[in-house]
Amino acid sequence: MKNTDLPLLEARGVTISYSGNAAVKDVSLAIYEKKITAIIGPSGCGKSTLLRSLNRMNDFIDNVTQEGQILYRNSDLYGADVDPVEVRLRIGMVFQRPNPFPKSIFRNVAWGPTINRLPGDINVRVERALKQAALWNEVKDRLDDSALNLSGGQQQRLCIARALAMEPEVILMDEPCSALDPVSTARIEDLMYELKQNYTIVIVTHNMQQASRVSDYTAFLESGRLIEYGDTDEVFTRPKQKRTEDYVTGRFG
Amino acid sequence: MTALAASRTRWGEVILRQLFFFCALISVLTTITVIGILAVETFSFFQEVAVTEFFFGTEWRPLLEPKAYGILPLLAGTMLIVVGSSLVALPIGLACAVYLSEYASQRSRHIVKPILEILAGIPTVVYGYFALTFVTPGLRQVFDDVQIFNAASAAIVVGIMVLPMVASLCDDALRSVPGSLREGAYSVGATSFEVTARVVVPAALSGIFAAFVLAVSRAIGETMAVTLAAGATPNLTLNPLESIQTMTAYMVQVSLGDTPSGGLAYKTLFAVASVLFTITLAMNLLANKVMRKFQEVYD
Amino acid sequence: MAANDLTKRPALGQRSASLRRRHLLAALFKACCVGLTAAAVAVLGLLIYQVAADGLPWLDMQFLTNFPSRFAEKAGVKSALFGTLWIVTLTALISLPVGVLAAIYLEDYAPPSRLTRVIEINIANLAGVPSIVYGILGLAIFVRFMGLERSVLAGALTMSLLILPVIIISAKEAIRAVPASIRLAAFAVGATHWQVVRAHVLPAALPGILTGVILALSRAIGETAPLIMIGALTYVAFVPAGPMDEFTALPIQIFNWVSRPQQEFHELAAAGIIVLLVVLLSMNALAVLIRYQGTRK
Repeated sequence: MKNTDLPLLEARGVTISYSGNAAVKDVSLAIYEKKITAIIGPSGCGKSTLLRSLNRMNDFIDNVTQEGQILYRNSDLYGADVDPVEVRLRIGMVFQRPNPFPKSIFRNVAWGPTINRLPGDINVRVERALKQAALWNEVKDRLDDSALNLSGGQQQRLCIARALAMEPEVILMDEPCSALDPVSTARIEDLMYELKQNYTIVIVTHNMQQASRVSDYTAFLESGRLIEYGDTDEVFTRPKQKRTEDYVTGRFG
Repeated sequence: MTALAASRTRWGEVILRQLFFFCALISVLTTITVIGILAVETFSFFQEVAVTEFFFGTEWRPLLEPKAYGILPLLAGTMLIVVGSSLVALPIGLACAVYLSEYASQRSRHIVKPILEILAGIPTVVYGYFALTFVTPGLRQVFDDVQIFNAASAAIVVGIMVLPMVASLCDDALRSVPGSLREGAYSVGATSFEVTARVVVPAALSGIFAAFVLAVSRAIGETMAVTLAAGATPNLTLNPLESIQTMTAYMVQVSLGDTPSGGLAYKTLFAVASVLFTITLAMNLLANKVMRKFQEVYD
Repeated sequence: MAANDLTKRPALGQRSASLRRRHLLAALFKACCVGLTAAAVAVLGLLIYQVAADGLPWLDMQFLTNFPSRFAEKAGVKSALFGTLWIVTLTALISLPVGVLAAIYLEDYAPPSRLTRVIEINIANLAGVPSIVYGILGLAIFVRFMGLERSVLAGALTMSLLILPVIIISAKEAIRAVPASIRLAAFAVGATHWQVVRAHVLPAALPGILTGVILALSRAIGETAPLIMIGALTYVAFVPAGPMDEFTALPIQIFNWVSRPQQEFHELAAAGIIVLLVVLLSMNALAVLIRYQGTRK
């Protein structure tokens, strides 16, 4: 890996277990600013669990234990004095299935900034987020409509706008296109490319074409272990590990 | 090789099918009969008592001279019970439901749910006993002018009685809100209170509303606890510390006495029952309709 | 671009006053929910304590074998206990077959027609009709029209109508839970509709059906208002010998004792409540046992 910058987020020897069964085993991984990092691997390999640990979304699941450290700008994300709400203000998330609130389009985007009293005019903020999520033109005339009336692809872009409105540094995306059709998927991939200018993105995907198209770095996980991590080009064209090669060439998984 | 014969009628199957159909139809017949009886007897009641007196009269004295047939005191009594029991059952029931669906661990859920089910299964006459021997004496220690029979005591136990139903139906409604909505809310930096109060509860609102309507309908139809604890004094009052009479308690009073069948006093039974039935049926229809709509949203 | 302007935000671990307030509110809200739930649970404890403290001293064999009396120390629940047993048994005999057959029709036979929808909606709404209205129905139909008077049979018929919706709803759920593959396999070997239902659907659904029936019957045991409406007596000093005899029942006896002003009759009522709750709890235990046996298979 050629990057010599300081990592923005860094996992150090992270092991995550559900009721004693380890889903993520001793993973160390550095995530760099304004890059897209893809985490790939067969289903059940622990990639979602790892992703969710990066903004403490595993806090809500019973019987989860976590070892190791996750550092954000060199401070421990799980430190005793760290509030998970503060973590999520800086590290936003987009989920596998679009999950807009059953509220209006406007309220969906405005809700997070409002409860957190983020500064500035909320209308400006919502408009900016919707524009960044490439949804503004489709919804600007019906901001008061229910978000549930949007199509699946639109709903997912709304959820991206919801995350963007918080102006986070990092956006975690958990297979954001798995429930979408190819056209919507292409739009969201274009969007990620745009967002890279300002945001750091970590995306979990089981779609290898997607990982190779959009990401700068790729991590390959198998059975909870990090098998290989490096420049996306290298991982896909000159993998160092046999298992990575088997997976990315489709001989496995 | 023979062709398949035209299917012959299996008479056994046909007869069984008709029998099953009749069993299912009994429920419809029940409703029709209830409505029919209430309509006929109420109609005959209105031959002797003016409709306006019944609905707008402020005195209810059908068993004593001088007779009066205004249902407002009974409606007021029922309203007192409904308001009082709602004050107990709706907030506490919803709080239980929020605890069960949003905060409780699997383990405490497995303890609290059965306890609420036991509370729901306790016969209403037991709550009447509890009102008279525990709640009323308690009230009389706190307030000075509490009558032995009073609406407040009955309303409190009716509230306790319908609380498990509110908790259970609201719990169902809250749990049918997908977990992904909670995650979405947490991911934009919400606290557990904000997630619950501003996302989950609003998303389940129609289910919660239906639960509340069903609870109120149950409170309106509740009989034994109010008969025992609230008294038998038709009383157009808003003071919950006074003795009152509800529609149901009046019906029990008539049945326990020696009211000759066919007389006007006997017909008041059906007139009051008609009002009771109409109100509760309307509320149940509303609640079931809202509930079905709600379930469609998250299916 | 305003994004990523971290200068506006404090470093991790230095939460703002407003965030502290929000967490305080969240903690208060949670404490409120936990506290109110605990209060609801405590009420059950209080109720049981009150009943036990009042009633246990009166509970002995004599209480179970004596008839009611105007002298508290001689009074017992024999006639009420037997009346309740009569009512439950007859109600079970009537409502079980009717309810289960209705459920079979609605789940297995009914065409998706308007009438079927009406029946379904009707059952859902009947379940919410106040029990005292069933009493009025029983009074008009069974007591007066059919001339059954204040008999056990009239009471059992009224109770059957009351719990039918509950039985049908739970039986339908149990039948629906039977996998469709079982039905299809049986149809594929040429069984008629009824043969499929009798040989495959009913046995598989039986534990669920029985659980629902027992729970419905335990509701019937506690019901007082409908029996009072049909004129069940509050003072009966004999055990019913047949379905046409007059009767009383446990909740009516309790009602009668509670409504007397004297303290010792309130305590007798508590003793009666203990008997009633023991009957109810054993029926619930039976239901749990059957459900457990059913899931183990």
